[in-house]
Amino acid sequence: MTETLIRMEGVSKQFTKGVLAVQDMSLSINRGDFVSLLGPSGCGKSTALKMIAGLLPVTAGKIAVAQPTTKSEQDLGFVFQEPTLMPWASVFDNVWLPLRLAGNDRKAAGDRIRAALTEVGLSRFETSYPRELSGGMKMRVSIARALVTRPRILLMDEPFAALDEMTRMKLNNDVLRLAAEHALTVVFVTHSVFESVYLSNRVVVMAARPGRVAADVTIDEPWPRDESFRTSEKYVQECNKVSAILKSTLNMDDIDH
Amino acid sequence: MATSQSTTSAGIRTWLAGAAAPVGLGVILLVIWQASVTYYAVPHYVLPSPVRIAKALAEDWATLGLSLLSTLRVTFVALFLAVTLGVMLAILLTQWRWLERSLLPYAVVLQVTPIVSLAPLIIIWVGDIQVALLICAWLVAFFPILSNTILGLNSADHNLVDLFEVYGATRWQKLVLLRLPASMPYFLGGLKISGGLALIGAVVAEFVAGTGGSGSGLAFRILESGYQLRIPRMFAALILISITGIAIYLVTNWISWLILHRWHESALKREV
Ligand SMILES: Nc1ncnc2c1ncn2[C@@H]1O[C@H](COP(=O)(O)OP(=O)(O)OP(=O)(O)O)[C@@H](O)[C@H]1O
Ligand SMILES: [Mg+2]
Repeated sequence: MTETLIRMEGVSKQFTKGVLAVQDMSLSINRGDFVSLLGPSGCGKSTALKMIAGLLPVTAGKIAVAQPTTKSEQDLGFVFQEPTLMPWASVFDNVWLPLRLAGNDRKAAGDRIRAALTEVGLSRFETSYPRELSGGMKMRVSIARALVTRPRILLMDEPFAALDEMTRMKLNNDVLRLAAEHALTVVFVTHSVFESVYLSNRVVVMAARPGRVAADVTIDEPWPRDESFRTSEKYVQECNKVSAILKSTLNMDDIDH
Repeated sequence: MATSQSTTSAGIRTWLAGAAAPVGLGVILLVIWQASVTYYAVPHYVLPSPVRIAKALAEDWATLGLSLLSTLRVTFVALFLAVTLGVMLAILLTQWRWLERSLLPYAVVLQVTPIVSLAPLIIIWVGDIQVALLICAWLVAFFPILSNTILGLNSADHNLVDLFEVYGATRWQKLVLLRLPASMPYFLGGLKISGGLALIGAVVAEFVAGTGGSGSGLAFRILESGYQLRIPRMFAALILISITGIAIYLVTNWISWLILHRWHESALKREV
């Protein structure tokens, strides 16, 4: 039986300045799904993600996020486009934050913090400060911080957009591995067709002005994927398919102007 | 630990190297000053020589030392009050925006009013001259702390604020774990300015209080020496004020470095 963890029904978001950022968006995300939100800049991807996280109120419609079954600190992890670390705190203390806010002291949280850092390959950098890390390492800290509460749902807003291609591919594989190991349900925002097809079993293509769902494409390939998928015929086909859909929404957009 | 030790001693070495040049220049200028005053036989009531000033400083140390203490006390108590009250008020104002909106304009009016013009009033209103001096010095030192800390408390990264929201942080947690640390660079900038201003405020107020007061501060000594044409002593008092100013500058910079050097751009030396 598939369990729906996130359900959006006719969700719209109108900012006070009059921008209709998201219009009538409906989406069901099941347990274990890896869903990418793909679309051009300004189509409301971040807005949608923030509404799911409860950071922005909806103007119309409804969002239901499943309540945690076991008592945990936080059932939802959020990774921003920027690493969003506290520059005055060490790597250890940055990852501690979610547990700390839930009332765990350093010692009680220690094992989980170290486990999360090991999972992203940063166990040797506990005492480093963010400024001493590369962009990719900072992003890993950010991911460790999101995972430290053992959430079921992981929301990621263009996490790797600012990184170079090699680092990005490596982190893509890390995210796939972590998502599979922890049976995470992931909503992953991206600009990149290649990234979305590689990572997800569903690509939700969004169109801009107003932001809305243009297509919901299932990538019906074995999951989790590995590097061999990148060079396969299937991958190219799926990318072409998604690209074509994305392009058609852009054309509609051009006519609007 | 070993690395932090070696960076500290390396830091001291670069600091000494940096200090060598200005100290050397100072010595050269003093020698030139001494030589020209002697050579041209400048009367000491116009421009005393460095040696004569040093002698005045030594001879009058009993009086000047007490005056220095008095000025220092006013300056540091004023600075302490400015920091505690400034930070507390900044926290209150940023927690309740309507409070900030209604109070801040008045704070600005007080800030832009030159302290010299307020000092006579304060001295008339407040019976105790020491308290009056304290209020004057506090008034000028207070606002940079207040306005900088407000700016700092509001400068926390928006995504970090969102992150705290996601994890259901309380208002208190957001203040202590996010807004206060984020405000540190701004607060410390304010502290550096206020340190100097507290001294200026104290000295200006002493001038205004003048001989009419029980005045025993350094500014009072300058006025007194002026009337008595004891110019070397006037210079000696002046030098004590300068040294105090320099000391405040160095100490506030050092505090700022202590707090920020692990993380803030302003305190980082780029490694080459
Ligand atoms: N706080 C806000 N106030 C007013 N308008 C906003 C706000 N946030 C976003 N918008 C507007 O809503 C629209 C969607 O923005 P959003 O950030 O969701 O886009 P996006 O798809 O994430 O774009 P990008 O890929 O560039 O991050 C844009 O037109 C943007 O200008
Ligand atoms: Mg965005």
